[in-house]
Amino acid sequence: MTASADAPRRPAALTDPRYVAVAGIVLGGLAFWLTLPPLATRTPLASVAIGFFAVAAGTWAVTRGVRRLGWSAVAAGVIGIGLGLAATRSSTGHLDDVVAWSALFAAMLRWATPLAYAAIGGMFSERSGVVNIGLEGMMLSGAFFGVYGADKFDSWEIGILCAMLSGAVLAFIHAVVSIQLRADQIVSGTAVNFLALGLTGYLFIDKYGEQGSPEIPRIPDLDSTSRVVGPLFERIDDIPFIGDVFGDLSLMIWLSFALIIISYVVMFKTSIGLRIRAVGEHPRAADTVGISVYATRYAAVTVSGIIASLGGAYLAVGFVGSFTENMTAGRGFIGLAALIFGNWRPFGAYGACLLFGFSTALAFRLDVYSDSAATLFQALPYVLTLIAVAGVIGRSIPPAAVGRPYKKQ
Amino acid sequence: MSDIEREQRLDEQEETPHQEPGGYAPSVAERLAVYQKAGGVITPVITAILAFFMGGLVVAATGHNPFTAYKAIFNGSGLNWFFHVGSYDIGVPFSDARIWFPWNTSDSTLAKSGGLAASSLAAANLQQTLLIMTTLTLTGLAVAFAFRCGLFNIGGQGQWIVGSLMAVWVGSSWANMAKPYHVFLAVVLAALAGAAWAAIAGFLKATVGAHEVITTIMLNWIAYWAGSYLVGRDGPLQNDVDKSIPISPDVVQNAKLPVWWGNPLLQGLSIGFFIAIGMLVVFWITLNRTTLGYEVRAVGFNPEAARYGGISVARSYILAMAISGSFAGLGGAMDMLGWQYRIGVLDIQVSTIGFIGIAVALLGRNTAVGIFLASLLFAGLYVGTRSTALPDDFPPTLASNLTLMIQAIILLFVGADIIVLYVWQARRRLRPFKGRSPVMPTTGEAS
Repeated sequence: MTASADAPRRPAALTDPRYVAVAGIVLGGLAFWLTLPPLATRTPLASVAIGFFAVAAGTWAVTRGVRRLGWSAVAAGVIGIGLGLAATRSSTGHLDDVVAWSALFAAMLRWATPLAYAAIGGMFSERSGVVNIGLEGMMLSGAFFGVYGADKFDSWEIGILCAMLSGAVLAFIHAVVSIQLRADQIVSGTAVNFLALGLTGYLFIDKYGEQGSPEIPRIPDLDSTSRVVGPLFERIDDIPFIGDVFGDLSLMIWLSFALIIISYVVMFKTSIGLRIRAVGEHPRAADTVGISVYATRYAAVTVSGIIASLGGAYLAVGFVGSFTENMTAGRGFIGLAALIFGNWRPFGAYGACLLFGFSTALAFRLDVYSDSAATLFQALPYVLTLIAVAGVIGRSIPPAAVGRPYKKQ
Repeated sequence: MSDIEREQRLDEQEETPHQEPGGYAPSVAERLAVYQKAGGVITPVITAILAFFMGGLVVAATGHNPFTAYKAIFNGSGLNWFFHVGSYDIGVPFSDARIWFPWNTSDSTLAKSGGLAASSLAAANLQQTLLIMTTLTLTGLAVAFAFRCGLFNIGGQGQWIVGSLMAVWVGSSWANMAKPYHVFLAVVLAALAGAAWAAIAGFLKATVGAHEVITTIMLNWIAYWAGSYLVGRDGPLQNDVDKSIPISPDVVQNAKLPVWWGNPLLQGLSIGFFIAIGMLVVFWITLNRTTLGYEVRAVGFNPEAARYGGISVARSYILAMAISGSFAGLGGAMDMLGWQYRIGVLDIQVSTIGFIGIAVALLGRNTAVGIFLASLLFAGLYVGTRSTALPDDFPPTLASNLTLMIQAIILLFVGADIIVLYVWQARRRLRPFKGRSPVMPTTGEAS
């Protein structure tokens, strides 16, 4: 047995740069956490000291070649010190208002879910090699047709079906133009966005012009009064923190958890997923081994539209309970950003969605300090994604054939 | 043999069964290239007609009359001004003299029955259309210039916001600067702000290969929220007069662009219109008569070949994006210094002027003349669908959504102009093919 084969087993775990960097990230978080309720330290000294350690640990890790985690630790340290300083300077009353952890986590899940549907939808399309800028439009049409279906048939289930159908139709248009006619996928996606914006706005004014959004049956929340799962939720409610967070979440949020796991399994553990990825990485090779590139892409893009429209349906029929023109307001693009941030993988994308959802939840509570700061906070997901694609914290690498039309030979 | 040629041969082979007797039947891709070489007039025209037709179908399907709707939109856009021919006079520039003119240039002539004369109303509407056209020309150029370098600048909206904010900030500061300097400073700084904003995307593309579509989308939303913060409640650029209104301070009198047609207080047409026309010329000259333009186009055709030929691809990417951004930033300056004079959170959040620029550039085939015509079309549509002259059952709230749909359909068809050519080809099949065989195109904008 050679020395090099022994190397991984050497008991050097504690000084491994990766562990040090992770510890740095944790320290950075700790620096901020100390100043928040329930501890709420009133002196910034401790958090500055801990934050400094985080930066030091990160820098050390970077010099040892662990760039991604190392820089993250440095950032966590700096942000921890900054936020810690800010928190110690604000009044405890304000802090208690903002930082109600359980409510904050529940709000994070509510805001993250529409993004998650968009991101997972986008993953199917982009993994098959078709860029989907049209996620925003598919979400918006899901929101409108969800409300429309729920209103017409007085049932949220049919509302969701209508939403899925509209998403599928829009996605199919995108598929025909960008796969069959080999048009530019960005142009086609942009067109889908405009089409959805114009069509939903037009139909909304035409159908509901004067009286505004109708009263509709909403997608139910799952809680202790729910029909089948009620008893289970009575148990969950008894658990201290978990009960407050998960006690009454919408059905669609639970479905999104399932969707993420299923889409992971489908994409990375089944032959269907392998085909989709093959078509997205090297269509010619996939074609050669007998996979129909067009059929796979058509299916993937259509599925993508159906999933994205579910995000819109949750937003309109579940979360808000009404439709307003352009109500998605860029959430489809944040979903796309989350997908890139999470490196085109379901759990990575969902992690990014949670981060972006948390920043939105926090932004809505920050207005006890000032409106303007809360507004600026909304830009955070986009800034983070820009940094991610710039490769500062590790490169995001898209599927190889994404954006390229394929021509059969 | 290049891929394109191979594709064309394959297209030809696919075509053989349909070959007309005794004639040469060019492939769809070839025809496209020929039409584009011939100025590319036919496909955009068919595209626009098809889009208006399908928009009309939606209008008809929802129980409105498409003909009255389109007529009202046309009249609301002020383009009917050209049909109100009569005997009027017009001022000669730089003098007090007035000479005969076939159209009524006054937007305040009263008709005999009282109220505004139809020709005057049309003149006022036309001023609006030309104001919007000014901005659309510039945001269209922003997309087109990057396109020529093989980049898709989807960030015209963000660059417009950044330019607008810069123009308002400069325009509302330094109240006692002399007029020409103040206007010049505001316009130039706004263009530079737009350039810097877009150059971020160009820089990331050139250095780490980040896709410009992703980065410009992100930059759009960063500009959107940062702008909302700056002019929003308690923001640093909010006005000092009424702190409850989220709007910027007004541009001072000396920083406003001179208005040459209409009433300056009622959104008359500023000289920004001529600046936009001038920029079309600058665009053409830069692309076709300068080394920079040659390099940009070379990179757009084939970055690898350009690199092999000694052109710095990275430099071209950054410069092309910066120039693109400066067009969009200039568009913001024309809006702010020409007729809006202030920007509010609502302006930032509902504006789609930068996105319409994408449709303008694509319909205009990324050429100067095409962009001129496409921006006139979209500006007319934009103003006409917001007109108060629309029929009661077809209010502006409804009509403005029709603009978005027509725009979407145009984008779909322009993206897939092969459809349009299939339609065209089907028409040609109905009669014997009499044309000469077209010159075999060698470069493939077609594919």
